[in-house]
Amino acid sequence: MKLTVNGRDHEVDVEEDMPLLWVLRDELNIKGVKYGCGVAQCGACTVHIDGEAVRSCQTAAGDVWGDVTTIEGLGTPEALHAVQAAWITHQVAQCGYCQSGQIMQAAALLSEIPNPTDAEIDDAMNGNLCRCGTYTRIRAAIKTASQSMQAG
Amino acid sequence: MSRLGKIARRSFLVGSAAVVGGVAFGYVMYKRPVANPLLDNLGEGAAGLTPYVRIDASGITLITPRADSGQGAYSVQAALIAEELDVELDQIRVDPGMPSPAYYNTALSDEAAPFRATDDTLLAESARGVMDAMIKFLGLQVTGGSTTVPDGFGKLRMAGAVARETLKAAAAEAKGVPVSSLKTARGQVELPGGETISYVDLAPIAATLTPVNDVSLRDPSTWQLVGKAMERVDIVAKSTGTQDYGIDFEAEGLLHASVRTNPRRGGALLRYDASVARGMRGVKQIVEVTGGVAVIADNTWRAIQAVNAIEVEWGPAAYPAEMVGHWQALADSFDDAFVDSRKRDDGDVEAALANADVIEAEYRAPYLAHAPLEPISATVLVGEDRVDVWTGTQIPRFVQNNVAGITGHDRDDVHVHVQMMGGSFGHRLEDRVVREAAEIALAVKGTPVKLTYSREEDMSHDDTRQIAMARGRGAVRDGQVQAYDLGIAMPSIIASQMGRQGLSLPGPDTQIVAGAWEQPFEIPDYRVTGYRTPELAPITSWRSVGASTNGFFHDVFLDELIHAAGADPMEERLRLCWHDPSRKVLEAVAEMSGWGRPQAPNTGRGVAFCLSFGVPTAEVIEVTQTEAGIRLDKVWVAADVGTVVDPVNFENNVQGGVIWALGHAINAEVTYADGMVEQMNYYDFEGLRLAQAPEIEVRGLENGAHVRGIGEPMVPPAAAALSNAIFAATGKRIREMPMRKFIDFA
Repeated sequence: MKLTVNGRDHEVDVEEDMPLLWVLRDELNIKGVKYGCGVAQCGACTVHIDGEAVRSCQTAAGDVWGDVTTIEGLGTPEALHAVQAAWITHQVAQCGYCQSGQIMQAAALLSEIPNPTDAEIDDAMNGNLCRCGTYTRIRAAIKTASQSMQAG
Repeated sequence: MSRLGKIARRSFLVGSAAVVGGVAFGYVMYKRPVANPLLDNLGEGAAGLTPYVRIDASGITLITPRADSGQGAYSVQAALIAEELDVELDQIRVDPGMPSPAYYNTALSDEAAPFRATDDTLLAESARGVMDAMIKFLGLQVTGGSTTVPDGFGKLRMAGAVARETLKAAAAEAKGVPVSSLKTARGQVELPGGETISYVDLAPIAATLTPVNDVSLRDPSTWQLVGKAMERVDIVAKSTGTQDYGIDFEAEGLLHASVRTNPRRGGALLRYDASVARGMRGVKQIVEVTGGVAVIADNTWRAIQAVNAIEVEWGPAAYPAEMVGHWQALADSFDDAFVDSRKRDDGDVEAALANADVIEAEYRAPYLAHAPLEPISATVLVGEDRVDVWTGTQIPRFVQNNVAGITGHDRDDVHVHVQMMGGSFGHRLEDRVVREAAEIALAVKGTPVKLTYSREEDMSHDDTRQIAMARGRGAVRDGQVQAYDLGIAMPSIIASQMGRQGLSLPGPDTQIVAGAWEQPFEIPDYRVTGYRTPELAPITSWRSVGASTNGFFHDVFLDELIHAAGADPMEERLRLCWHDPSRKVLEAVAEMSGWGRPQAPNTGRGVAFCLSFGVPTAEVIEVTQTEAGIRLDKVWVAADVGTVVDPVNFENNVQGGVIWALGHAINAEVTYADGMVEQMNYYDFEGLRLAQAPEIEVRGLENGAHVRGIGEPMVPPAAAALSNAIFAATGKRIREMPMRKFIDFA
């Protein structure tokens, strides 16, 4: 089957029901997307499909309906996305394992709601678990990213 | 400079030879190439002593042997070396190095007899000359016990200073100028005329010199890095998806495995039928491992699907099948026959209680999983002459030994490449996943195999936090706490943990009373007794170890007595506290929180204090009773670590640790039914999430005489402060975790 990931086309030979997570990680060697729970409880596997944040562990390869963007496609160390830059400014990460998913979720939030309220941030981010407990910094970084994106 | 050009590929290693704090043995060891972990992969002409600074043509590498599970260990170790070496953190790489006696954890050497270098078998090292089992365990290049900073604070800076002075000596020799005329900055030596030579260019000459060990550490007032906000060395990678963890390891021809072992921990695999699994797509091989069975496949998901398709029959476990049996075992151990320690016994508790209205209370704390977000994994490649292991571990020396025992190689031929860890909290002080990966890899010699646990296998096979129970009896007089008697019962954490490494624990396990017996309070009649419950389900260190339960028990009971006395919780703690740095953290949170100012209706504040890992920590929590339940409004924390090495990392660790502690205190428990863990994933083992997380204000104090680590000390007071706050808001006293069983949370 065909997949477009971060602007590149791929042909993969996998079961229809293999989760997109494992196609990305084990078949395409795209490792920024993480396995945490496998049951949409932690959000570490969050990617965008046509700009929408989805849990790749619960998205069957055969059901992928559009272009996939992973954290690697959002921005790079040399060309950071505004959300990534804010994550660095606030030094959000501890272990960092959940942060790819947090950043992808936050980027989708900000593209939909450029200036979210605290309640909207709570709502959008509550499915992304951080075992290190970096929530205080995640909140602050989302606000910084919101400001910098609106400033252009 | 032709000499430099000719041998530009030569590497240069600078030792921490003149280490303070009694690791002189290390110097002897370091001088023997066989013991030098950095020499393994260097080319011809490699020189050196080891072990923290490596400079070669590719640049400057700082060796950071304490593992990083998210606490920022790599950054903080690099900063300590860089402070004296005069390099910026953006000029260096960090490398965790290989397991080696060179990297012993000597943080607790004041209390431990020194290790000798003459006999380096692991068991001899660990069995020799050490008074306390915990110290013994930590001594072996273990990351834990909040010791990374105390262990490295002197010796890493000294390693940097030795390297710097040796590089200056090299420059002096190359240029024929006196050393005293040279300066260093940004990885360069500056000559009197303003010319500079980079450390990289000087390395080949420095490699021919005897390291300059006669150095002294700089005065703290001149520090450029330590004490100032730093950018973590891994922050860009961790914000761009480019940080590789153990689970991300890749190699040519890599196969993937997953495993199922008996969920009745320690029980046998009675029989299994893998006929369905064998026929599933991508499956290469079915392999029996200790207590279970594994599937090797060409993809992680296929391996997990296939291993779950195996029909298995499991034998029983040795511990009680149901929780009632575990709690009964704890209750039964409050008896003289089970006394493990009574390290505090001031005044005459029995006499005081005989003549008073006795206040009694019982407290409980459940088993808890570590459940770091990265499931455990290990990649093993078994070759003819060597074995390579890639895994995130806090105990690389034990891993090396255990893998050698499985594959039959010499320990020195087992190469452990420590990977970045997606959290640990003590989980990766256990190495079962590596042993199983070695058993699996032995079946496909010459091919690297990565074993990845499913979340369900990880959650249900955790060596958990201890289960524990405490009983308090006390009395008050004239508005003051007069008598305080606390008994704590739990199985020995350290005996369980060390038992899995083939080591025994002689004497008492002080973790049974840690966070309780050593609290800096002067109560006229004051006693703390540890009762050692016989072994139950497997347990291990969980962030803050014994204090994770005892900090709750000790402080909530104190709070109950203070309320019974009619005293102010803050004032009475301060009156009882004799230790100045501890008083100062209490005073700090009182000031930060505006303690004593009027409260809104249905709002309450609780204060709690615990001294653990040498760090006095006080916390105030404010909660409000809402229609939806208890809402966490705000937390104030003050902790004294002697020296705050990096204020940003300090704040982040403290905030995260408080959220860790509160999430578990409110929501989480691990329970056994039919001998098996009932919780399988985050849906039934919930931490705190963003919407519930309170604002947390942090202050680091520096009144203590010794530098301390901040990985754990914020955990023990948090649940107590929450219980005390809920009491203040509602009048309801919660003595058991998880608290959601007794009160609703918003």
